[in-house]
Amino acid sequence: MEFLDWVKVFAVGGAFCVIAQILIDKTKLTGAKILVSYVILGVILTAVGLYQPIVDFAMAGATVPLTGFGYLLATGVEEAVVERGLIGAITGGLEATAAGITAAVCFGFIWALLFKSKIK
Amino acid sequence: MTHKEYKKMTDDRAKRSPTLLNCIKAFVTGGLICVLGQALTVLYQELGASVELSKTLSTISLVVLAGLLTGIGVFDVIAKQAGAGTLVPITGFSNAVTAPAIENKTEGFINGVGAKMFVIAGPVIVYGTFASAVYGVMYYFLLRGGLAG
Repeated sequence: MEFLDWVKVFAVGGAFCVIAQILIDKTKLTGAKILVSYVILGVILTAVGLYQPIVDFAMAGATVPLTGFGYLLATGVEEAVVERGLIGAITGGLEATAAGITAAVCFGFIWALLFKSKIK
Repeated sequence: MTHKEYKKMTDDRAKRSPTLLNCIKAFVTGGLICVLGQALTVLYQELGASVELSKTLSTISLVVLAGLLTGIGVFDVIAKQAGAGTLVPITGFSNAVTAPAIENKTEGFINGVGAKMFVIAGPVIVYGTFASAVYGVMYYFLLRGGLAG
């Protein structure tokens, strides 16, 4: 990786966050709505072929934001449909995102066991 | 204070929020989290993992780290400054799972931890999965029609 590649990762990842920040400040959209919108947007942009070029250009700058979660769902479903046909539409999305979801759930549970709320 | 006056007051407050500064903070933190994700991917590859596995391990690492920082109360401190900079990366998803799980521990492990864990992550998974399944069905017919692939 050259220096310019790191700049691309930083700039594109940062840009995704700036768009969300503007939406939060200007439209009063909540965090949950932003996250849901970003995932759906990621699926749609991947489906129409616009997200893969962003991933090729910016790597983690495109895969770490939640749109990247949508990208994983969409590319997972594509692969599964090619391999297994229509059943792939059911299995592909969560298969591709299983690591992220399972890690969040399992470690979320472990952290909840270990830590107490700081509020109150 | 009437409802109208209250609305005017909150609107004024909202307007005064320094959007430009918020955007700069979001840009820098969000960008840095992505750089960390990329650095971890490169590190795992150096250690001998395949490209695919490295990306997965990097995601897991960010999720674990964000959850731990949520647990020790550091994530909130950073997020208050960073805004969307910590929300939009996968760290925001991890925080959205861990924070309500910890906060609602007093309600017990079923109705508290188990259920509240999905207050924000639930909708993300529901609509993400639904969108992917719809796309999967469309993709199947596009493939059969020779229009994709």
